[in-house]
Amino acid sequence: MLASLTPLVTRFAFLSEESGHEVHAGDGGALAQWAWLIVVVPVVITFLIVFFGKKSPLKGWGMATFGMAFVAVYGAVLAWVNLQEGILYEGAIEIGKIGPFALQWGWVVDGLSIMMYFLVGVVGFLVFVYAKGYMKGDVRYTWFFASFSLFAGGMLVLVSAPNLIQLIVGWELVGVSSYLLIAHYWEDFDNVDAGNKAFMTNKVADVGLFIGAIIMALSAGSFQFSEIFEKMLSGQTSLAQFGFWAGLALFIGAMGKSAQFPFHVWLPDAMAGPTPVSALMHAATMVTAGIYLVARLFPFYQLPEFAGNVNAIIAIIGAITLFFMGLLALTQDDIKKVLAYSTVSQLGYMMAAMGVGAYSAGLFHLFTHAFFKSLLFLGAGSVIHAVHSNNMSDMGGLRKYMPATFWTFMIGTGALVGLFPFAGFWSKDEIIASGYHTASVDPTFAAWFMVILSIGGAFITAFYMARAVSLTFFGDYTGHAHPHESPKVMTLPLMGLAAFAAFAGFLNVPGVTDVFIRWVTVRAFPIVEHHAEGLNWPLVFIVTPIVLVALTVGFWLFRPKETQAERDAFTIPVLYPLFEHKFYIDDFYMDGIIRPTMGPLADGTLWIDMNIVDAVPNLAGGAAKHVAAAVNTVDQNVVDGVFNTASAGTGATGGFLRKALTGRVQQYAAMSFAGVVIIAALFMIF
Amino acid sequence: MEWFDSGWGLSLVVFLPLVGALVLAAIPRANEAAMKWVALVTAIVTFVVSIVLAMRFDYGAAADIQFGTNLPWIDAISANYHIGIDGISLPLVVLSTFITLLVVIYSWEHWPEPHNPKLLLALVMILATGMTGTFVALDLILFFVFFEIVLLPMYFMIGIWGDTSMRVVPVVNWEIELRLYASIKFFLFTLFGSAFMLLGFLALYFKSGDVGPNTFDILQLSELGRAGVFTGAFAFWVFAALFLGFAVKVPMWPLHTWLPDAHTAAPTIGSVILAAILLKLGTYGFIRILIPILPDEARRWAWFIGVLAVIGIIYGSLACLAQNDVKRLIAYSSVGHMGFVMLGVATMTDIGINAAIIGMVAHGLITGLLFFIAGSMAHRYHTRDMNRLGGQMLLMPKMGVLLGFAAMASLGLPSLAGFWGEFMSLLASFNPLDGLSLGLFRTLMVLASIGTVMTAGYMLWMLRSVNFGEPAAEWLDDHNLHDVDKFEWMAWAPLVVMTIAIGIYPKIVLGATNDAVVNLVNKAFGG
Repeated sequence: MLASLTPLVTRFAFLSEESGHEVHAGDGGALAQWAWLIVVVPVVITFLIVFFGKKSPLKGWGMATFGMAFVAVYGAVLAWVNLQEGILYEGAIEIGKIGPFALQWGWVVDGLSIMMYFLVGVVGFLVFVYAKGYMKGDVRYTWFFASFSLFAGGMLVLVSAPNLIQLIVGWELVGVSSYLLIAHYWEDFDNVDAGNKAFMTNKVADVGLFIGAIIMALSAGSFQFSEIFEKMLSGQTSLAQFGFWAGLALFIGAMGKSAQFPFHVWLPDAMAGPTPVSALMHAATMVTAGIYLVARLFPFYQLPEFAGNVNAIIAIIGAITLFFMGLLALTQDDIKKVLAYSTVSQLGYMMAAMGVGAYSAGLFHLFTHAFFKSLLFLGAGSVIHAVHSNNMSDMGGLRKYMPATFWTFMIGTGALVGLFPFAGFWSKDEIIASGYHTASVDPTFAAWFMVILSIGGAFITAFYMARAVSLTFFGDYTGHAHPHESPKVMTLPLMGLAAFAAFAGFLNVPGVTDVFIRWVTVRAFPIVEHHAEGLNWPLVFIVTPIVLVALTVGFWLFRPKETQAERDAFTIPVLYPLFEHKFYIDDFYMDGIIRPTMGPLADGTLWIDMNIVDAVPNLAGGAAKHVAAAVNTVDQNVVDGVFNTASAGTGATGGFLRKALTGRVQQYAAMSFAGVVIIAALFMIF
Repeated sequence: MEWFDSGWGLSLVVFLPLVGALVLAAIPRANEAAMKWVALVTAIVTFVVSIVLAMRFDYGAAADIQFGTNLPWIDAISANYHIGIDGISLPLVVLSTFITLLVVIYSWEHWPEPHNPKLLLALVMILATGMTGTFVALDLILFFVFFEIVLLPMYFMIGIWGDTSMRVVPVVNWEIELRLYASIKFFLFTLFGSAFMLLGFLALYFKSGDVGPNTFDILQLSELGRAGVFTGAFAFWVFAALFLGFAVKVPMWPLHTWLPDAHTAAPTIGSVILAAILLKLGTYGFIRILIPILPDEARRWAWFIGVLAVIGIIYGSLACLAQNDVKRLIAYSSVGHMGFVMLGVATMTDIGINAAIIGMVAHGLITGLLFFIAGSMAHRYHTRDMNRLGGQMLLMPKMGVLLGFAAMASLGLPSLAGFWGEFMSLLASFNPLDGLSLGLFRTLMVLASIGTVMTAGYMLWMLRSVNFGEPAAEWLDDHNLHDVDKFEWMAWAPLVVMTIAIGIYPKIVLGATNDAVVNLVNKAFGG
């Protein structure tokens, strides 16, 4: 049994001959062989915190943060080696066989997973440090860090997965720990409901993930990504027959975790959790899972002979998400909800990028977004910490009180709206350029739809961020607390993230450096990209002015005003009510699906169960009771006391009952013996 | 150890509890401590012997019957004492001894009213003999005897120690004590099923005489079944009879209605044994007897089994969503979970049957844990009404965490044991056995996976009502509400550990079952 625990190492047969695509990579040596520690350390630490956290000097924070620091450092080293010589490695241990399928746990070390290790580690570490200050004095401080550690650990299980099963496991671990974190303040049912909403929305989408994984595994004959790709290349699969459905179903799973329309509803409500949770959830973990899944399966989605036109669906869903969900950020008063809808919208960008074949541009946006969005959330958290309210109507003028928070928040905003030279400028404009490139090479509806809405989305993003910044940091303070700058333990992580938000874009400056592209294209299967060579400068000169105009208009419309009434004065008829009701999508789910299911449908089923399905035995029993009563008058000894007791409805004492039941046994024995004799006799005769 | 491997080991596992029961009978009523110790020692020894069996089991030959013996028993009808286990029965045997041990530990300080530990422990011991006996029997009469032995102790357990509140039975409008109603219902349903099952067994016995000596031997009958001896209308009627017998026990929709009442009324350890082991007797019957002996008929009616299974999943989940009674909710959830097990069986593939077995083990561990917790909660709150409960995380945080864990495991969270059975039976239904309707089974797959969503829905709903929020005023000064005690920990922690262990390393079960299942499917349907 123990023999099976030794790793089965896969060395890749490089696929260069078939595709003409060179992948220069080594196997990473001991560094890659021990990379499973990245996954195991945070998960083990979770258990350690659960059992020993309360007794430990730092109440669990120390262990959790150590885990993240470990992941960050290991991820950084891997990233470095990967840039030098490339790493392709896959390790696995067998955990069982079911029919022809081997079940395995494993760990993939390639460009894509290394990028995620690094990202989860670095962002996670900074957020955990920040959380020490933010969560100070929390009722469930230790428990929080246990769940938080599991949250990051689940994400690492997911990104390290060499097969669909492990991906599903990580996927759901992330789901359940997010449920715990969102519902962290469970004394209030609102928070519990938010947690339930997140869990259930994801569970619905997971039906797609499960079915997609099943179809893909059965038609390709393997759960392993690398084997699926190899079989695709060599044409040994029936994947062509089912590929569209597999691709679509898996994408539905991805839509759930990555909050794509119409599964986006859970993400804004997930703000009920403590702010560090939002920061991590919206950046490196959880919401990136869907993008990661599509990226992991990118070679599959890029081949129309397998995936059909799922790609177009991905692009269209992404585009709808990035545009229409961005609109919802316009009317929110809760600063975290503005950022939440902004995340939904940015995830739309990444997904749309995947749909138009912009692999590295989409991942680049995932990478930069993780830094600037966690920065913005932590900044918002710092503000909330200071004014004790989530509502921007209780803020205003905070730049004077909290300079560090203000300036880092401005860097984050610059990155989010895509201003030169901040990180978001490079990644977002590359997505738009790639989309445009695809659309001009192969002018499909999906590609053009994506390009146009992406440019529109840039306007909306700048607009709502201008509003948020103005209401929060400019004008005069309108609340009743005594705002103050947050402690160092919170502002230092802000500065760390701000550095990334400002400079991460330079990892991939077209024509100058392609570090990021080289990084994430180290894959065992060739990545054929539809990206433009570099930025599309004419497009940049269209998009950047649009952003500037939106910022100006937004800032002017929501400029500091005296009264609340004046602040609320700007509305657009028809549209604003629509935005405020979130396009009525949440209401439709609640009143159209959940309430009818939990109400009439469930109650009806139970009624049927008790009154119809159960009627036959009950009626039979009723009849038997009457017969019994009749017989009883003839012979007390034939029918025992049980039915009598029952019909009398008396509370029989244990002693009496036992006697009655004992009488029943003898009869049972006698009757079943008689039955056997009769049946046997019948068989003998015939 | 020759003696051990050639039947004695298995016989010890089966009959030690019976010996324990006899010893218990001899102990004077006043000496409770002695009773507990006798029961505990018996349970521990039995468990240890079963572990020794598992360690000595040759996993390389998991498809073969091991540790068996075949002795003449009732010559007149050529019924033999034929026992033995392969990879399919091994996990279930160990599960039975394991759960029995935990039940005895839990009982140490948790006695339902009316007290009488002597009788209660003796019944548990007899149950243990019946359960393990069913899993090792390779002779139909022996199987039947063990199958029926289980019936009476459970009947008494529910009838004597059950819930004494009054229940108004719909349709016929009786008012009757719940324990009476439930115990009689349980008894009659199962007896109804077993009567048909016995008929089926006898029919097989006489039919086997056509091609040789009459036999009740399961292995020989399987050979005959494969050779096509049982066909046509005969096979149909036998199939129908056996199906009824097993389906009542599983229970499959629409024969399930005894289950919510029995579970709700039964004392805690009764519900645990019922859920963890007794239900598996039915599914085991499908796998060990029905499919090998009547493969063609099983294939012909697979669609029917699959449809009933999925109705069970959806219907059970919907019924759960309408529940306010914690124990009833868990009981209905069993209908759904056993639906997944039966869906796996219905696909008639190696993946599906593996899924069914690991699903059975997982359900035994997880639902066993849930009923333990629900029982302990009911004992403390004196109510099972979810509308009155709430805020358990503040009142009894450890109990709350355990309930949360069990609920998550029950909804099939990957990385815990419940996931494998659920996911693999969905996997199997995409590609069922050749000749079964692909369209139908794929539809069933989609419907069943919608069932997983509803499962999550009612489990989260239960957690919301019971665990979260602020506790109602009535509980704030209630001194009954002490958190998980020592004996509860000792009984529950092993379940938690095993749920995680199988979730992370399913080979614990699959390592035994896979070869045996592949062999079974190949023999029955041609490989």
